[in-house]
Amino acid sequence: MNGWNADEMMTVAAARQLRRGAVCFVGIGLPSTAANLARATHAPDVVLIYESGCLGAKPSRLPLSIGDGMLADTAVAVVSVPEVFNYWLQPGRIDVGFLAAAQLDRFGNINTTVIGPYDAPKVRLPGAGGAPEIAASCQEVVVVVRQSPRSFVERVDFVTSVGFGQGAGDRAKLGLRGNGPRVVITDIGMLEPDPTTCELTLTHLHPGATISQARAATGWELAVAADVHETPAPTDEELAHLRRLNATIDK
Amino acid sequence: MAEIVTLSEAVAATVNDGDVVAMEGFTHLIPFAAGHEVIRQRRRGLTLVRMTPDLIYDQLIGMGCARKLVFSWGGNPGVGSLHRFRDAVTSGWPLPLEVEEHSHAGMANRYVAGASGLPFATLRGYSGTDLRDQTANVASVTCPFTGEILTAVRALNPDVAIVHAQRADRAGNVQMWGIVGVQKEAVLAASRSVVTVEEIVDELEPVPGQVVLPSWAVSFVSLAPHGAQPSYAHGYYERDNDFYVSWDEISRDRVAFTDWMQRHVLEAEVAR
Repeated sequence: MNGWNADEMMTVAAARQLRRGAVCFVGIGLPSTAANLARATHAPDVVLIYESGCLGAKPSRLPLSIGDGMLADTAVAVVSVPEVFNYWLQPGRIDVGFLAAAQLDRFGNINTTVIGPYDAPKVRLPGAGGAPEIAASCQEVVVVVRQSPRSFVERVDFVTSVGFGQGAGDRAKLGLRGNGPRVVITDIGMLEPDPTTCELTLTHLHPGATISQARAATGWELAVAADVHETPAPTDEELAHLRRLNATIDK
Repeated sequence: MAEIVTLSEAVAATVNDGDVVAMEGFTHLIPFAAGHEVIRQRRRGLTLVRMTPDLIYDQLIGMGCARKLVFSWGGNPGVGSLHRFRDAVTSGWPLPLEVEEHSHAGMANRYVAGASGLPFATLRGYSGTDLRDQTANVASVTCPFTGEILTAVRALNPDVAIVHAQRADRAGNVQMWGIVGVQKEAVLAASRSVVTVEEIVDELEPVPGQVVLPSWAVSFVSLAPHGAQPSYAHGYYERDNDFYVSWDEISRDRVAFTDWMQRHVLEAEVAR
């Protein structure tokens, strides 16, 4: 198989996070692609929950929006939006939530609201959507974000969704019942929270990436694990399924 | 009992300048035809409420109908930004836009409270986020039974709710199915409501997963075939994803946007 690009590596790494039978809250874009890739490869029984109220959707092609009709057609159940958040997400029935970020800090707090001051933003982003409660209530969260000094910042301009707040113990204090970010997947590697401090720590580098590259792409003094592993490159099978899926968007 | 009238009559009878208006439809069944009628009737100073503003509110904002937006996710799904919304927030074009934003769970619960006749709803949400500092409509509440501190969100009770559905019968009972979002809650929370439908039939045949709004809970029903396009109506037509992609280009530029709206909305042939 030909070489792969950073998006493909990120998507494959995200798909691998989903174990068999996992119930997964998926947003549109890379998370939806990753979850469907997992379904096509190692985890055919992964359960996809779309915030439009489609529980157990099994799309045969990638949807452009979280509310495409195909998701309702293939779902085990279609429920209202209040129900998907109140009955399914809030009580902790969802194992894994995928989140994206415009900015992220060392404790995995996420900004998808504004760049710059709230009252005079430089860039107005789409906002919260389902993310704050996904971050709060899923058993665990997988964050997928490209790593650069602009996205990996010392302090996010706005806390849209909480990772570990100011550090260990904050989630419990805030009444957040899920465990928070388990891994942050970037185009360079993967970061996991330190078991004691909850600070994101570089634990994996994708093939070809270096620690100095990861440091240069981080807006704070990056913690690096004593033993950094190399992410296994995408397999031929993973790439073939991924490219087949990507060719189906909006068709 | 719902009155069955033309869409222009329904909008004229329900939407006043300065009203709080909720046009709901979560990706599916977005009431575009009704939104365009509001634009044609040149309503001004509206507070627009909607979980996902989508293209419909990008259009209303860009045409100067809105004073304020209450929402939870303001993007073009799967495509990118809503450029008219962004332009209004960052540059005040064509008018400054006040913004009140929530999470989806918060907005959904605000509608539930409104529909339930309660002043607020409780949820586990907003905790630790900066969202709660930006609005007076989110607060903490202590559970009287367990002492747990939870989040309270103020009820949403719009002056008008506008939704689109697949069908109504001649008595004005409304039937919708597929992704049903918060349409039922929005209609029940509002003082007045307009439901546009793909068709009006003699009898509503049951459909799996349907939501039925009884006629006496709806103010006006109007026939608007294809009234959700470029969104979709499950069982009737699919989402026009190509249009959602092309909107990015159309809406990026103020002149191109205004020109498009002039040709496709203001000068559109409308059945009266």
